[in-house]
Amino acid sequence: MAALNQDSAIRTGSTAKVLIYLLLLLFAFFYLLPLFVMGVNSVKPLSEITGGNMMALPQVWTFEPWRQAWSEAQVGVQATGLKPYFWNSIKMVVPAVFISTILGALNGYVLTKWRFRGDTILFGLMLFACFIPFQIVLIPMARMLGLFGLAGTTWGLVLVHVVYGIGFTTLYYRNYYAAFPTELVRAAQIDGAGFFQIFWRIMLPSSGPITVVSVIWQFTNIWNDFLFGASFADFSSQPMTVALNNLVQSSTGVKEYNVHFAGAILAALPTLLVYIVAGRFFVRGLMAGSVKG
Amino acid sequence: MGFLEISNASKSYGLVEVLHNVDISVGEGEFLVLVGPSGCGKSTLLNMIAGLEDITSGEIRLKGNLMNGVHPSRRNIAMVFQSYALYPNMTVAKNITFGLEMHRVPKPERQAAMQEVAELLQIGELLDRKPAQLSGGQRQRVAMGRALVRKPDVFLFDEPLSNLDAKLRVDMRTEIKKLHQNLGTTIVYVTHDQIEAMTLSTRIAVMHEGFVQQLGTPKEIYDTPANLFVATFMGSPSMNLVPVTIGVDAAAVYAETSDSFGEIVRLAIQDADADLKSMSGKTVTMGIRPEALTDKDGVDHRSALIESCASAVGVTEPAGSDTFVTTTFGGAECVARMRADTDAAPGEVIEFAFNMEKAVFFDPASGIRIG
Repeated sequence: MAALNQDSAIRTGSTAKVLIYLLLLLFAFFYLLPLFVMGVNSVKPLSEITGGNMMALPQVWTFEPWRQAWSEAQVGVQATGLKPYFWNSIKMVVPAVFISTILGALNGYVLTKWRFRGDTILFGLMLFACFIPFQIVLIPMARMLGLFGLAGTTWGLVLVHVVYGIGFTTLYYRNYYAAFPTELVRAAQIDGAGFFQIFWRIMLPSSGPITVVSVIWQFTNIWNDFLFGASFADFSSQPMTVALNNLVQSSTGVKEYNVHFAGAILAALPTLLVYIVAGRFFVRGLMAGSVKG
Repeated sequence: MGFLEISNASKSYGLVEVLHNVDISVGEGEFLVLVGPSGCGKSTLLNMIAGLEDITSGEIRLKGNLMNGVHPSRRNIAMVFQSYALYPNMTVAKNITFGLEMHRVPKPERQAAMQEVAELLQIGELLDRKPAQLSGGQRQRVAMGRALVRKPDVFLFDEPLSNLDAKLRVDMRTEIKKLHQNLGTTIVYVTHDQIEAMTLSTRIAVMHEGFVQQLGTPKEIYDTPANLFVATFMGSPSMNLVPVTIGVDAAAVYAETSDSFGEIVRLAIQDADADLKSMSGKTVTMGIRPEALTDKDGVDHRSALIESCASAVGVTEPAGSDTFVTTTFGGAECVARMRADTDAAPGEVIEFAFNMEKAVFFDPASGIRIG
């Protein structure tokens, strides 16, 4: 008689197990292939790419393409590499993520713990922000930025991304705080804490998981945004995505694929890093509130 | 005027009035328990005292000062919540001193006050832990510590024991009572557990459907319930309700009912007042507690009036310290509380003894006690 296996409800034979792992390996290989191609070709001299095989390992290892992509490639008028645009992106992403997350937390706090007439309707309206396609707001937004005197500036982009992000961050925090015991807020009120003291001292310190979700979501979306960057930024404030496009699409001279590959990896690096560092909290945060315990 | 004075207080949500003209006056050092089934308005009333809910009409005064519209933190009250509501991100020490910090008490004083409370509640070794690392009983202590440290005028407890297991609940009950005796503070305590209400309180307010049904000492509530609701809600097993016909024979007043065989039983009533006499010939509801209905050996020997009659035993329920024996009088099922080793057996006919001193009578139409 076979021993009862209590670990899994469905019993799988060893052949099935091998098959499942083979399939998983195949998919992993498939999904990692582009990254492999990018990585391998970014450390080859250009002649090896044009003269040979995209899949082959480099015969001569060189980090020259990376150096060029970072600080020498011709992106705009001057040969600056991607470096200044990388900093443009950082200068745009950090405040935009910070402001939209804080505002979302504040909204969620008010919508669940300081309820007022029509709060659900207001929340419903805010959710529309998650569904409006970017293209629709391009022209009105350009007009608004012009009126505010923010056209072509990094702060203009920050404003656009904050406005677009509030819908999502409010959704996250509202749902998270809905499961947060109201008795805690009442206890704090009796203890003499005011509106903002309750927020800073009690609500925010207990919001770790959902803050990770909000930060990852906002960071990747804003970092990867191309449309707003291309539409509202000028040469001095263009983000990384636009610069990468300009680098790759330049129609003069020889196409330096190795430099393009290195540039593309550079552009994707920050989001990759955020996922690797905070990824496990991401799933935990998404699960929070949905399951008690 | 009382220490905490609730006068004519009402609460409405939109058009629905959930509390109706509540009048309660609590003296300094009193332990008032608000008891009632869910939805009776007891927690709403407590929240109104705390200032967490507005008062729709009427007044709440604390030490003579009008509290309507005063912010919770300025009422000098402290509250212990059902879920304890400990701040999850702070250590026990921080939890206890948070209120003092918010009231801008200097740090050395905060530390001193915390040490004092920690000693009183024996939570000294828990001070550096987070609430998640505490057991239910420990959380309960910390929650009380947080309330105590502020030295408030009134303590409010909102069903503080209902999240604990049965044994711990009894222990903590004793502890709360000791605390009250040692500190002599004024307490308002909400519970749905009538035993908690009886054991802890100096006075009880029994609430039902937004009305205070009766306000009195535990003994008053238990022995002379104002109406049928209070009679049945307080006490476990609940009071037996027997339909009887009042008869007046010269000077004597008696209640007539039937035993389990339908035979007429006549029970004499002591010191009947005019109201009860005026019900002569009418059917009323007689309330008799299980412990006032025993076998002949178990009667209260100090009672001046014991009436006995034979009836058939329905079932027996041994509960360890007592045995509950059921029978029927006047068609109503009655529970008698007998000695643990009573020889009553199902189907047998035995003598039941009524302690008629403890009998109370209710108007069956209005449910209000007669006399």
